Amino acid sequence: MNSAVVVFPGINRERDMARTLKIITGRAPAMVWHTDTQLPPGTDLVVIPGGFSYGDYLRCGAIAARSPIMDAVRGYAVKGGLVLGVCNGFQILCEAGLLPGVLMRNENLRFICHDVYLRVERSDTPFTRGYNAGQVIRVPVAHGEGNYIADGETIARLEGEGRVIFRYCSPDGMIDPNWNHNGAINAIAGIVSERGNVLGMMPHPENHVEAAIGSTDGRGLFAGLVETLDRAA
Amino acid sequence: MKARVTVTLKSGILDPQGKAIEGALRSLGVEGVTSVRQGKVFDIELDGADSGRAEALLKQVADKLLANTVIENYRVEVLP
Repeated sequence: MNSAVVVFPGINRERDMARTLKIITGRAPAMVWHTDTQLPPGTDLVVIPGGFSYGDYLRCGAIAARSPIMDAVRGYAVKGGLVLGVCNGFQILCEAGLLPGVLMRNENLRFICHDVYLRVERSDTPFTRGYNAGQVIRVPVAHGEGNYIADGETIARLEGEGRVIFRYCSPDGMIDPNWNHNGAINAIAGIVSERGNVLGMMPHPENHVEAAIGSTDGRGLFAGLVETLDRAA
Repeated sequence: MKARVTVTLKSGILDPQGKAIEGALRSLGVEGVTSVRQGKVFDIELDGADSGRAEALLKQVADKLLANTVIENYRVEVLP
């Protein structure tokens, strides 16, 4: 699997992402600078990592979403290419119009940095093939603005079309306001685009892939992508 | 030419920062404040003297970058 990680000024999770991609796919990703206008030929997966692009100035992800490389990412997504945005990457995809809605300041106004539990809502997407529907995984979050919101019509569409892929939940998989850390509507932690080829999520699956860290629950996402691409090949 | 773009949250969008400021005013003993909503102001200087053109340009700029119209409204004023 040939992956590419897009790097913006102020991003700080690109090396975690690159390390995980190398471990799981066996190949180091291409690191693509924000001023580039093309993705490397033969790219199977584009990842927009987490961090604080442009210091979160204006709105989280707003400036990065308008950089030159994003036109290439948009073109790639339109053709059905797989795009994963994590944390600031999710915010950037929303600002770029590749995913609907927006990530607002956490309801409790705090920066939240700890492990969370996620319920995997579907296993029949390219990103969740490595999990079972209903499975609960533990992965970390680190964000101040992860409170997902969209207008009522958009939320109804996302829910109706089964495009909510991850929700914040209790350790036993219950949706409960006490476990919905940032106050996201319907406890939404991750959504996919209409065609299902673009995933945005606030938590960091790339940080839970090695046993030494204490959890390997994030592995399934990357292993599932590898399997998806192997089957397509 | 000077202009100002004001970006505010749409009504119905929860504003946690505005709520926190509202709470702070209350704890300062300020009475009579029933609601606070936080927004942004952009003071912009432009070449040229055609206010109609400036307004059109700033609307474009606000749509493109300054506001996220999913959650925000904006107002453009070309200042005399």
